[in-house]
Amino acid sequence: MQNNEVYKDINEDLKWAQINKEVLKSMENPRKGYWISVAVCLFLIMFAVVAEVHQYQVGMGAANLNWPHMWDLYIATFIFWIGMSHAGTLLSAILHIMNADWRKPIYRFAEAMTTFSLMTAGLFPMIHLGRLWNMYWVLPYLTDRGIWPNFRSPLVWDAFAISTYLTSSALFLFIGMIPDLAICRDNARGWRKKLYTALSLGWRGDDRQWRNFRRTYLIMACFLIPLAVSVHSIVSSDFAMSIMPGWSVTSFPPYFVAGALYSGCAAIITLFILLRYYFRWEEYMTIAILEKTAKLTFAIAMVWTYLNLIEFASVWYGHSAADKEVLLAKFSGPYAPFFWAMIFCGSVVPFALAFEKLRRHLPTMMVVSIILNIGMWLERWMIVTPTLSLSYHPIAHDVMWPSWVQWFIVLGSFGWFGLLFLVFVKVFPAVSMYECKEMVLHRRELANKEISPVMANSPGGGASIGGGSPAPGVANKSPGVEGS
Amino acid sequence: MSLSNLIDDWSRYRKGREEGGFHDYEHMWGMSIDLNKCIGCNACSVACYAENNLAVVGKEKFEKGQGMHWLRIERYWDEPDLGEERTSEFQQHGASFLPMMCQQCNAATCEPVCPVAATYHTPDGLNAQVYNRCIGSRYCSNNCPYRLRYFNFWSYYENSWPAPLQMQLNPDISVRDKGVMEKCTFCVQRIRTVKDSASMENRKVRDGEVQTACSQTCPTGAIEFGDMLGMYDPETGVAETKVTKMWRKYQVELGKTKQNKQTPELRGYRVFEFLNTDPCVMYLDRVREV
Repeated sequence: MQNNEVYKDINEDLKWAQINKEVLKSMENPRKGYWISVAVCLFLIMFAVVAEVHQYQVGMGAANLNWPHMWDLYIATFIFWIGMSHAGTLLSAILHIMNADWRKPIYRFAEAMTTFSLMTAGLFPMIHLGRLWNMYWVLPYLTDRGIWPNFRSPLVWDAFAISTYLTSSALFLFIGMIPDLAICRDNARGWRKKLYTALSLGWRGDDRQWRNFRRTYLIMACFLIPLAVSVHSIVSSDFAMSIMPGWSVTSFPPYFVAGALYSGCAAIITLFILLRYYFRWEEYMTIAILEKTAKLTFAIAMVWTYLNLIEFASVWYGHSAADKEVLLAKFSGPYAPFFWAMIFCGSVVPFALAFEKLRRHLPTMMVVSIILNIGMWLERWMIVTPTLSLSYHPIAHDVMWPSWVQWFIVLGSFGWFGLLFLVFVKVFPAVSMYECKEMVLHRRELANKEISPVMANSPGGGASIGGGSPAPGVANKSPGVEGS
Repeated sequence: MSLSNLIDDWSRYRKGREEGGFHDYEHMWGMSIDLNKCIGCNACSVACYAENNLAVVGKEKFEKGQGMHWLRIERYWDEPDLGEERTSEFQQHGASFLPMMCQQCNAATCEPVCPVAATYHTPDGLNAQVYNRCIGSRYCSNNCPYRLRYFNFWSYYENSWPAPLQMQLNPDISVRDKGVMEKCTFCVQRIRTVKDSASMENRKVRDGEVQTACSQTCPTGAIEFGDMLGMYDPETGVAETKVTKMWRKYQVELGKTKQNKQTPELRGYRVFEFLNTDPCVMYLDRVREV
């Protein structure tokens, strides 16, 4: 932390073999903190399973839901996890298309975060169903009952949107990983060897493969961006399409998307710091990249704040008495402490990201990113519950607090997500090796303004180079992979 | 699969649109409730419990808001107009009562949001709830501005009717288990029975032949129930019923978000009609000396 020279996106002197070695090392010996995290996640899941089994047995009353509080934390947390999934797409697809190469060392785990948070989110609509065992009725499967799902219902759109998004994001994660899986294959033994051999789909790293790979990856990225935006717009339709005051808000789709990117970016910062610690990845997850992510988060936080204000203003200047009442109740009603906590966490705390010193301080960033996500979770709760407690009909005004069953399941979802994520980073390379090499190569080119010595250095750098050449050409046929 | 049904329905719908005003209603059941006559005795609510096998959830769960009263008497106290001189906790004029059951909206907000189409509009003009199809997403209840849909939060039937009370259950209607949404059906089982016997005798359903449990029980006759198809579509040749006469008398029309009332004597109104739900229940405002 002496001078600015330290804060490079990535060290240009990294050798190909060194990158392979350090990334592959993550599959072998993480710090003890990793195992502690796994234990905590398992612990949380255990409690959630107990709660869910109880709720399944006795009914939704166990969650302390009532009339009119038909939805509560389950739906709020569902939106939270869907939102979390958007940052992966932002980093891997949007920034890919915008050629922001600082994303390269961190996009892989962000994308895994997308997939796993979707897998977590998908559980909640099921958990919250009164008759969980009939959940497949939402899908238009072939049936001799002769009945379709109701295509007018936003919940059906949800089911389609989320399953599409989950499929495509898992595919995108897998496709982007193929060259790295080949490196793993070349270095692995035992069951891992079999796994990576199957998954790397016979990747040899020749020109044709690279060309096809690039094209597929780009097409997937272009496909995923509108999909991600539409998914959260559709989730917001659950509310925006309804008639209830506080839900029927026209600005909800962009508001939800902004909130999604916001919480996702904050989660990336959290996981960034954790992974950097677990696997000693100081060379790849550099402070400079953290800073860039933090700046991005700050920008999105301001967009979110702006959209929040727009929502308040449009309600305030609108003439709907019920809408106004709900808004005032958010400001001063029984849920007001949570509402103001949300404003504080979501709109005030991000100003910490405006300071360079704080952006470069890992513990601060860890705390800030967690606070931001708590704020975003509160936001979702404050969307769902105040409206239910204060809708049109005065007889149905009611305040209700969630029971232990809801809290356990919500906390358990964090354990479930954490476990999936931790298993992933242990089994698969969570830093994209081939793209780090590209990045190093590119930075070297920028530094040296001279290509030929770099090319001379690049092949034969180690036992396996897994595609060190970004630009297909005659000069660099990346013989390393085939040679191994 | 029902693709052919889908296409058939669509072509029928398109054809009806061209001919102006599509509907396939055989009846359109509606109500008129005179709040002047309502004394808030709750007899209708009790009758509803008996007729429709409503679960008796007990004091604790009811206080928690997990009760299952399809028909509830809402009690409202007027805004204090005596100011500081108010001596009693209660208003001088007493409470006013509003019996609320499912309003069987023609543009029901609960219908489009159900993911599995468990709630839909029947040719009887009823907003039906299919218990067997319901998966309990509870979106319908959230989207009902009247909050008239009740959810089986627990498995009530095990404790609601301890033996031998289960013997008094109405065999014409099912007992619902946990995880299912339910609501007032305008006593659809009674409508069915009457329709069946009418078709056996090869005649139309007569006015007043169908009585819901609540209108049958009301000691002051505040609740009027009947077919309103004549109101909706005068060309069907459905005779004027008592209910249609009431609606016409108070100049309340279907399909409007605001009624044009010329005089204060026209007491008829529909609850939250500005939301464009087009409910089938008309209330007659209570008149009192102030």
